[in-house]
Amino acid sequence: MVDSEVKHITGYPVYGKVLIVLLVLTILTIVIPSLNLTAATVLIALLLASTKAGIVMTYFMHLKMENLLLRILVIMVLGIYASVILLTFADYVFR
Amino acid sequence: MSENTHLHEEPSYLVDTGKRKGILAWLTTIDHKRIALLYLWSIMVFFIVGGILGETMRTELYKPGQQFYGPQTYNAIFTLHGLIMIFLIVIPGLTVVFGNFVMPIMIGANDVAFPRLNLFTWYLYILGAAIVVVSQFTGDGPPDTGWTFYAPYSTQTPLLPWAIYATAWIQILATPVIGITLLMIIAERTFHIGFFDPALGGDPVLYQHLFWIYSHPAVYIMILPAMGVITEIIPTFCQKQIYGYKAIAISSLAIAGVGYFVWGHHMFTSGMSKEAIWLFSILTFLVAVPSAIKVFNWVATMYKGSIDLKPPLLYAIAFIFLFMIGGFTGLVQGALATDIQVHDTAFIVAHFHYIIFGGVGFAFLGAIHYWYPKMFGRMYSNRIANIAWGFLFAGFNLLYFPQFIIGLEGMPRRYFDYLPQFTTAQQISTWGGYILAIGMIIMIVNLFRKKGEKATANPWGGKTLEWTLPSPPPMENFTTPPVVPEKPYNYD
Repeated sequence: MVDSEVKHITGYPVYGKVLIVLLVLTILTIVIPSLNLTAATVLIALLLASTKAGIVMTYFMHLKMENLLLRILVIMVLGIYASVILLTFADYVFR
Repeated sequence: MSENTHLHEEPSYLVDTGKRKGILAWLTTIDHKRIALLYLWSIMVFFIVGGILGETMRTELYKPGQQFYGPQTYNAIFTLHGLIMIFLIVIPGLTVVFGNFVMPIMIGANDVAFPRLNLFTWYLYILGAAIVVVSQFTGDGPPDTGWTFYAPYSTQTPLLPWAIYATAWIQILATPVIGITLLMIIAERTFHIGFFDPALGGDPVLYQHLFWIYSHPAVYIMILPAMGVITEIIPTFCQKQIYGYKAIAISSLAIAGVGYFVWGHHMFTSGMSKEAIWLFSILTFLVAVPSAIKVFNWVATMYKGSIDLKPPLLYAIAFIFLFMIGGFTGLVQGALATDIQVHDTAFIVAHFHYIIFGGVGFAFLGAIHYWYPKMFGRMYSNRIANIAWGFLFAGFNLLYFPQFIIGLEGMPRRYFDYLPQFTTAQQISTWGGYILAIGMIIMIVNLFRKKGEKATANPWGGKTLEWTLPSPPPMENFTTPPVVPEKPYNYD
């Protein structure tokens, strides 16, 4: 962040809540495979991992306070990775 | 732009002005131009080693049967040749040498954003190279598997920075994939977690997906800066404004964007689903469009220009010719039906070398001949450079074109031996390899014989910012921030 920009301070309570959410999502990640949801397991695991990564980027990496251009760039990158995963599964789903 | 000169009396970057002198000054330098030369020398050493390995392969293939080393040694040597040429030369090559030397000057900067980090990357590169070489002599002997193991300030910027910008995106987005894949291999081998090994419940095709998700974009990491170099050379030696500035800049970004999604075309015969093959085939044909836009714009720039056939332009024209052959034959492989015929044949070897050596290699040689006066403050002999180019161009085509033919006839790649009907083509290839090596030796002697006359600030009549500085430039480039009042390539 450039010095001239406004400095944002996020309080400990917010970080605490984020930590709790991340822990809950991690427990879910561990539990879901044991429920034998077959193919849905991979989809749910990817959604949980993406949600955790999104929370980390939004709060811990301060994306929430960054300007629109940077957010668009991050969304673009996530879109590319999502496309890579979709293309890979174009192989696995139809094989 | 050239009227706005920045000639001053500061000592050149080649003169030691700090506390340290000699080799220590070079090893601790944070100047982007010196770091560019550190990379250039390193890459040249690796290139000589990789080239000698390639020439021994051609000699071994001169006649059917064993000549002077066996099939296992042949497999290890083509693996080491591929590792050195791909990972130590063509992937980093143009970006680390010319991206480092020219791009900061082109955008009017005194250095790159993180100069110490810039030097650190060179040390990492050397460390990585050392590990690659040492690993060949550890374990159960050398592997025999084959190699398949920065932003623009404004729209006024020249087009090389656009190409390097697009390259930087691919590098940032694709490289982590190969890093994660290596971690997965470590986890598999150490903790027996089944990712790729069928014996552990893994899927070997998944490794192919992950490898090519990095390694195909890596081809664009190689070719995009090469295209940027050609875009700089052509307007200078045609003394004509670049045709289609925006189209060239956007096509670089389009190649980077679409090129990220075509990795599956390496796996048409690996057992992928036909739906995935269909998708990857369409995407592969799509990536040809921005490449064709660039070729059209280069040729349109030359049309009615004051063409001056100096060595850099010869290399640029050779690039277009060879890249087009490599590109069109790439489409043969992008279509499933024809890919099945040519997969894993010498046709692939020919296509690959036409893109990587005929494209990236000739662009690298063109870049050296274009920026050499700026980098070293001396001129080379144009006549000898033209002779070397002739040997390189003729040798290259003799070496690789026959591989297209015997590939179509069924000669498999990576084979130590072959049937007698392929002998004539293999011998033409081997002679081509020797002619290519002679061209390389003439070129290196011409560039580094230290007899050339002193270079002026702008020997080619270029219009970008590096030609406003003395040759060679001073340590921190500009004493005052440059003002760029007009668009680049304004020759009208």
